[in-house]
Amino acid sequence: MAVLEETTMALNVDKIRHDFPILKRKIGRKPLVYLDSAATSQKPKAVVDAIERYYREYNANVHRSVHRLSEEATIGFEQSREKFARFIGAKSPKEVVFVRNATEALNLVVLSWARANLRSGDRVVLTEMEHHSNIVPWQMLAKEKGIKLDYVAINDDGLLNWESFKELMKERPQVLSVAHVSNALGTINPIREMAREAHSVGATVIVDAAQSVPHMPVDVTDLECDFMAVSGHKMLAPTGIGALYGRYDLLDHMEPLMGGGEMIKEVHLQDARWNDLPWKFEAGTPNIEGVIGLGAAVDYLSNLGMQNVRQHEKNITKYALEQLESVKGLVLYGTKDIEKRGAAISFNLGDIHAHDLATILDTQGIAIRSGHHCAQPLMERLKVPATSRASFYIYNTKHEVDILVKALETAGKMFKV
Amino acid sequence: MSAGVYKETILDHYRHPRNYGDLPDANARAKEANVICGDTIEMQLKLNGKRIQEVKFRGQGCAISVASASMLTELSKGKPISEIKKLGKKDIIHLLGTDPGPARAECALLGLKVMKMAIYSHLGIEMPQDPGET
Repeated sequence: MAVLEETTMALNVDKIRHDFPILKRKIGRKPLVYLDSAATSQKPKAVVDAIERYYREYNANVHRSVHRLSEEATIGFEQSREKFARFIGAKSPKEVVFVRNATEALNLVVLSWARANLRSGDRVVLTEMEHHSNIVPWQMLAKEKGIKLDYVAINDDGLLNWESFKELMKERPQVLSVAHVSNALGTINPIREMAREAHSVGATVIVDAAQSVPHMPVDVTDLECDFMAVSGHKMLAPTGIGALYGRYDLLDHMEPLMGGGEMIKEVHLQDARWNDLPWKFEAGTPNIEGVIGLGAAVDYLSNLGMQNVRQHEKNITKYALEQLESVKGLVLYGTKDIEKRGAAISFNLGDIHAHDLATILDTQGIAIRSGHHCAQPLMERLKVPATSRASFYIYNTKHEVDILVKALETAGKMFKV
Repeated sequence: MSAGVYKETILDHYRHPRNYGDLPDANARAKEANVICGDTIEMQLKLNGKRIQEVKFRGQGCAISVASASMLTELSKGKPISEIKKLGKKDIIHLLGTDPGPARAECALLGLKVMKMAIYSHLGIEMPQDPGET
């Protein structure tokens, strides 16, 4: 990948933190330490301002009226699509369909493409580390169509078991649908290598990139994936906006999921003709403010440089793993190999329930996630009811890692771990 | 959320739950999981006419859910069923001696919910909605 050869520059985290007003908040008397960006990221002023500017200055519906406001809104809306398409390396903005979030993107692929193309007895390969959003839609379709779901096993270190993957590819599945980065373990899966294997047996490759696109350079063409699902709210954009990338020829042959305005070219009493891509899939007035916010988020991240974002996260994750290892009674899940993992770290402290731990950390102003992370099959595989997860992003500092470690030590003493 | 949620009494009930185990001659039983935490509480009651004669519970969960279930078993032993049916969120907070806040309310109320489920199923009547919120 060409970007890998680019030199990286350290992020100016002080300056970045200044762009996120929420980071000045206090929780009780403690400064907020936000370590839950894998759930949702905070939003920079630039994104909030872009949305406010839309409502203050050019609020109108898109693709409809010919007046000036509508024209400006449409330009803003479609420019965001172009920016996003470039950001993920799509060949054309026509390959980017706006949806609510990665979950909706995956459901769109399952309900439109897979429902039309899979038959009874066909096989779909997932992995043991998938988020529920890449399991449940397939289970729903499996019940309806009689398709078989296979799961690539994971090793104890949280990496995919390559033997298991190769075995399942021998069954010549129709689909490989896999998370790029695990939300619970942080594991980065080797998508390009997996896609090559899958394509060589004729499978279609779907990638859940909700945890990768916000954190590292991602290029759909380079990864050779056929569909990719992304959530905006994990990459500085507002909630309620996400995107489905689909290869043009695949999207072109798919039927829309919803009918209504915007998605049609012409409508008669008995039939209608679909609109061109990508609007065929965007029935009804879209989330205009969300799309404009997403465009501003892409600008913000592009200015930082995704290679630099990744480098910053590698540094802080490496530091956090080292520091956490010194906490008495703390068990870390997932690989320690910094090249093969992202910035979400799952752990348990002694026998303290993850929710108790999250509550104790909250009293110190620290926001982490606790629970099954919408990955119950993975929790079963790890044989734990729940884990705590700290996740880092562009605005987190090593000092915040130190605060986390100190709070964990206090919690350990309290519960006599 | 105050730092004092994990009072000594709560940690003590969590580490040494009272009335923990099985009640072989129970005539009312129920089990329920809390979807947020994945906590599970099972209540086994011996109802003697209108009173709770004996009670045991088991379960896996966070300190809040285990401690509140444990405290509830102590409170309910020998009490009339009608009194237990009337218990609600306020009573559980009083029992815990601290309000764990909205994010943890379901944990705190799980034991009470399960105890009421056991009672109502024993009585053969449908349990009112959101029993813990009354």
